Amino acid sequence: MSIDWTPFILSFKLASLTTLILFLLAVPLAWWLSQSKHFLKPLVETVTALPLVLPPSVLGFYLLWGFSTDTAVGRFLSDIFGHALPFSFTGILIASCLYSLPFMVQPLQNGFASLNPHMIEASYLAGKTQFQTAWRVAIPNIKPALATAIIITFAHTVGEFGVVLMVGGAIPEKTRVASVAIYDLVEQMDYASAHLYSAILLALSFFVLMAVYGINHAHTKRFG
Amino acid sequence: MLHIDIKKRLFGSEGEFTLRLKQDVNRGDFIVIMGESGSGKTTLLRIVAGLERAEGEIFVDEEVWLERRFSLPIQKRNVGFVFQDYALFDNMSVKENLLFVNPDDSLARRLMEMTGIAGLSSRNVRRLSGGQKQRVALARALMRRPKLLLMDEPFSALDPRMRKDLREKIRRLHAEFGTTTLMVSHDIIEAKHLADSVWFVDKKVEPVAPDSLEKLLYA
Repeated sequence: MSIDWTPFILSFKLASLTTLILFLLAVPLAWWLSQSKHFLKPLVETVTALPLVLPPSVLGFYLLWGFSTDTAVGRFLSDIFGHALPFSFTGILIASCLYSLPFMVQPLQNGFASLNPHMIEASYLAGKTQFQTAWRVAIPNIKPALATAIIITFAHTVGEFGVVLMVGGAIPEKTRVASVAIYDLVEQMDYASAHLYSAILLALSFFVLMAVYGINHAHTKRFG
Repeated sequence: MLHIDIKKRLFGSEGEFTLRLKQDVNRGDFIVIMGESGSGKTTLLRIVAGLERAEGEIFVDEEVWLERRFSLPIQKRNVGFVFQDYALFDNMSVKENLLFVNPDDSLARRLMEMTGIAGLSSRNVRRLSGGQKQRVALARALMRRPKLLLMDEPFSALDPRMRKDLREKIRRLHAEFGTTTLMVSHDIIEAKHLADSVWFVDKKVEPVAPDSLEKLLYA
């Protein structure tokens, strides 16, 4: 039996891009959340955590509605990307970024919050700006949190199903990622392929989590 | 050189109180700040450094650091601060900790020699003992040649022999760098050896002469 790797390649591409985009957005956001005493902070935290508790169908429904060219936002987005977003790769990428946001932000925010506040103050006393302090003092001192955030976000995106299916459907080579492909195979009663695909995803998830715990364990052993 | 006239509401062990301080300090003075735990000694240093807000005014050599609604940003105050928990940059070596503050290689080398940590130059600071960290913190605090050196209980974690050694180093650095120094301490011996004047913090800050400390504390 030959394996069609396309869904895995698509999953990998989606997860890589989601992780990259979220990393760039989440580092400043998590830093701000960890340092801020602004009255809007609880609101921002709530919005960031929403995807953790929201059914994927709710997020998917609002995204489809927002992407629709019947709405001003949808028309604006279609103009930017040059095509309608539902059932496109760009569409599931945006959906993934929203859905995985807390998995990137929360480990980073916890990492920043666990730093000795005097160390951050010492950097300000050395004349350094917020940006210099984050870049040269804070970020290098939360390496385990960085690794956790990146790996978990990647793994979570690979494991995404509901929101991708709703926004992207199952268009081969465009939106039919591995998790959706398994659903398709089961519907077609092709259990042999479903078994194989599932086993691959299971193994992948196992090793990803193993890597996270391994890194954290090694770091704890080294620095206590 | 330094004029402070501030007040700040604080929460102590016996409830809320207002810490008041009105003092003038001459250039090159060494002030030791004493008082009970929770009396606001650390807060006082933090207010001068700009790490905490307070009402009132702080002037340093004609420069306004605090006045009514204006507060000079921490970055522009140029103080050296030695935290009680050292607060070194854990991701850097001893030398990198110093050079991060000011990329002046020869000053870093000189300070490392004066504080006796030259041999540890390239070691990661996580791998240092408490006494070694303390000396790195002291050297780092002087890298910007600060007008004001603020130290929060630098002796608290050291054994008696190391205390004496650090005391000598602090005295030498204070003289050589011409800083004005405010140091929080619990220890009457340190106060007597180092202080030109002692401030006794108990809601209001009272200056006392170092020689009359025993009378005050053991009366």
